[in-house]
Amino acid sequence: MPRQVMPKQDPAERSRNFGEVALGFTPEQAAAEAARCLNCKKRFCVQGCPVEVDIPDFIQLLKAGDPAGAAAKIKEKNSLPAICGRVCPQESQCEKECILAKKGEPIAIGGLERFVADYAAEQAGGTVRPAKALPYRAAIIGAGPAGLTAAADLALQGFDVTIFESLHEAGGVLQYGIPQFRLPKEIVGREVEYIKQLGVKLETSVLVGQTVTVPELLEQGFQTIFIGTGAGLPYFLNVPGENLNGVYSANEFLTRVNLMKAYRFPEYDTPVRIGERVAVVGGGNVAMDAARTSLRLGAKAVYIVYRRSEEELPARYEEIENAKEEGIIFRLLTNPVRIIGDEQGVVQALECIRMELGEPDRSGRRRPVAVPGSEFQFPVDSVIVAIGQGPNPVLLRNTTGLQLNERGYIQADPETLATSIPGVFAGGDIVTGAATVIAAMGAGKKAARRMVEYCKQKYPNG
Amino acid sequence: MEIVAKDCLAPRIVRLVVKAPRIAAKAQPGHFVVVRLNDRAERIPLTIADFDRAAGTITLIIQEVGKSTAMINAMEPGQSFADVLGPLGTPYPIEKVGTVVGVAGGLGAAPLYPKVKALYEAGNRVIVILGAQRRELLILMEELRAVSHELIVATDDGSYGEHGLVTVPLRRVLEREKVDEVIAIGPVPMMDACCRITRELNVKTVVSLNAVMVDGTGMCGGCRVTVGGQSKFCCVDGPAFDGLQVDFAELRQRQRYYNAQEREAYQAHQHGMEGCRCRAK
Ligand SMILES: Cc1cc2nc3c(=O)[nH]c(=O)nc-3n(C[C@H](O)[C@H](O)[C@H](O)COP(=O)(O)OP(=O)(O)OC[C@H]3O[C@@H](n4cnc5c(N)ncnc54)[C@H](O)[C@@H]3O)c2cc1C
Ligand SMILES: Cc1cc2nc3c(=O)[nH]c(=O)nc-3n(C[C@H](O)[C@H](O)[C@H](O)COP(=O)(O)OP(=O)(O)OC[C@H]3O[C@@H](n4cnc5c(N)ncnc54)[C@H](O)[C@@H]3O)c2cc1C
Ligand code: SF4
Ligand code: FES
Repeated sequence: MPRQVMPKQDPAERSRNFGEVALGFTPEQAAAEAARCLNCKKRFCVQGCPVEVDIPDFIQLLKAGDPAGAAAKIKEKNSLPAICGRVCPQESQCEKECILAKKGEPIAIGGLERFVADYAAEQAGGTVRPAKALPYRAAIIGAGPAGLTAAADLALQGFDVTIFESLHEAGGVLQYGIPQFRLPKEIVGREVEYIKQLGVKLETSVLVGQTVTVPELLEQGFQTIFIGTGAGLPYFLNVPGENLNGVYSANEFLTRVNLMKAYRFPEYDTPVRIGERVAVVGGGNVAMDAARTSLRLGAKAVYIVYRRSEEELPARYEEIENAKEEGIIFRLLTNPVRIIGDEQGVVQALECIRMELGEPDRSGRRRPVAVPGSEFQFPVDSVIVAIGQGPNPVLLRNTTGLQLNERGYIQADPETLATSIPGVFAGGDIVTGAATVIAAMGAGKKAARRMVEYCKQKYPNG
Repeated sequence: MEIVAKDCLAPRIVRLVVKAPRIAAKAQPGHFVVVRLNDRAERIPLTIADFDRAAGTITLIIQEVGKSTAMINAMEPGQSFADVLGPLGTPYPIEKVGTVVGVAGGLGAAPLYPKVKALYEAGNRVIVILGAQRRELLILMEELRAVSHELIVATDDGSYGEHGLVTVPLRRVLEREKVDEVIAIGPVPMMDACCRITRELNVKTVVSLNAVMVDGTGMCGGCRVTVGGQSKFCCVDGPAFDGLQVDFAELRQRQRYYNAQEREAYQAHQHGMEGCRCRAK
């Protein structure tokens, strides 16, 4: 039996709406796909999962006609399954390791996870297991996937947990970065609600480092702290014209659209303005999201400007395909050198130079080299810069004693995720640099385990 | 985040005292907050014009310029903001430097006040130049008088104090005595004009920039301003900067980017809106 293919919205239609692109398996498809699983003795797929979801077990429950049981099985290890089922790079994790991948058609584990999570969510109640209360209080800084996971795991262990989040909504990149058409915000809201049901308190609009500091939280009786503040500082190109009107960081653009709902302006108050022709600089998931969002806001022509070739595009394959189907134009081996504005200071054109690939660099990828004299310009109304991000400095500069690594991220022990401040742990993008949702969740899990050990050891009597 | 008191300072300018104990406990001169009125509202940066740690309150002074500020100014005591995030930004360094001249244009008096108050209390000689288009738009005059050794008032139309722009008394004071620092806060053209004078006379000048912001936490990069040829994030690196280094032309341009959409929203909003009491004036 072949692998089931998840239905998607038609490209011509979906490129003009914010509805979800992938529509999810039908119950029949899910059953057919579950039936393909060999329930292997040697569980390769599980080894490929950063949070070790019991993949064959949940698939067997699904196969046996118990989707609620399947959902509960996943939630033993993963508190955010509807999110992971949608945005995890399964092709390079569990599905890559699946025994059937050798023949090219691994089980659609992501699709099944999504199906199970959505099914369970539609059934009221869910599976909240009250844990025996322990006399420990934990503070979680940042409500991204790392922080949410750490919070959920600690709550399941009986900790009294409070999350402090600087934005007005929980979710981190899931909320402000990844667009509605890939990850509906209702789903993020639903999974956050689940974590609250576990007893986790959520305090939004608290910027740790400013509103309250890490030492103060320790003084206020939190015995242990997890820092999951992400990599939220946008990098820019440092080319002339970068502060012209119409030049956005991907963070600003996506925050306006996703978190602030600018795509529904003026029903919502936050505006966004991109014009008819948009150039997105970069080639990762963030760039694809920005490009596809631009299209949905009504842009006529959207370009991905990337300095290497198609092979090196860092975005997920599926998202590149989706982008192409929707009509995004790829300008590869092209690097911006200057942004040109009109008298009003608004972007008018982008000047680029052609690149060719030279010798491999330290990352093993062939280094792009500019072709002298090959500069050319093309008209654009806006430029979105999506070339990566670094550690946000606010918490770091206001937390004395917190050791950083040479790249400016928090130095945390790879095994325990302990930082240089006793009782304070850190994980996710603020430790590794921009990575993935599931890697951040894995870090939250690992840290939670250590935080429990730490508290039990340090405060045996509570 | 409940509003506990409200009064009108001038037409379309309202003072709100807001219950925000955690922010009040941390507020320093130079800090600001980002507020959101309701679930559909924008995130709006506003200076903490004063704070009372004991009462757990902060004071905001808001001028109605568009839809969001109009809606905020129509709020009454007992109502609450959906969110108030802060304190944000880098506090203004309060040191004893000698003689300080504070120049406020219009609403700039609000961010200027906590700074000159602290500088006055720190033992500096403080001269304040307060300007507005006309008499009824002068705000915080008595408050500023109480924390300065000399207060000079100027109005564009001559309806109160000196007739003319604040730059005239600024130049006069700088030529009259040795001044160690100037703080100029107000509309961009006013700050730009002040800096032209202080640059010529070589006096250290600090300005407070009101770049368009989204998060206010260094995450979006939308608030970038060019200072000394380098891009800075107004929300975390500022909002106070060395005025002699600021690219004001760029700041003005960036502030205008959303004008058309803002006008549209404001006009749509004004239909059938009650508005604040002060609008009648
Ligand atoms: C546009 C975009 C698309 C992506 N697509 C994918 C994808 O398809 N698949 C995938 O696996 N990964 C994707 N990623 C990467 C993934 O989202 C991140 O690796 C992941 O979110 C990191 O999680 P985190 O919890 O470490 O940090 P974040 O998600 O960044 O969350 C950090 C949270 O901390 C808050 N915070 C920051 N500072 C403070 C403070 N001082 N006090 C309080 N709160 C604070 C922030 O507001 C934020 O809510 C994408 C990233 C982006 C930007
Ligand atoms: C650090 C800082 C402190 C501020 N303090 C005060 C204050 O104490 N009192 C006060 O009345 N105003 C203050 N402002 C300005 C205030 O934030 C804007 O007037 C307000 O955002 C306008 O919103 P609106 O919807 O009413 O008007 P809009 O119609 O949206 O805009 C009118 C004009 O306001 C400016 N503006 C719009 N959106 C923003 C934004 N998100 N951030 C900054 N400027 C914007 C633009 O120049 C625009 O042309 C401050 C701004 C900053 C950056
Ligand atoms: S490796 Fe593939 S076939 Fe085997 S149990 Fe895991 S998902 Fe099923
Ligand atoms: S407002 Fe977003 S970085 Fe300053």
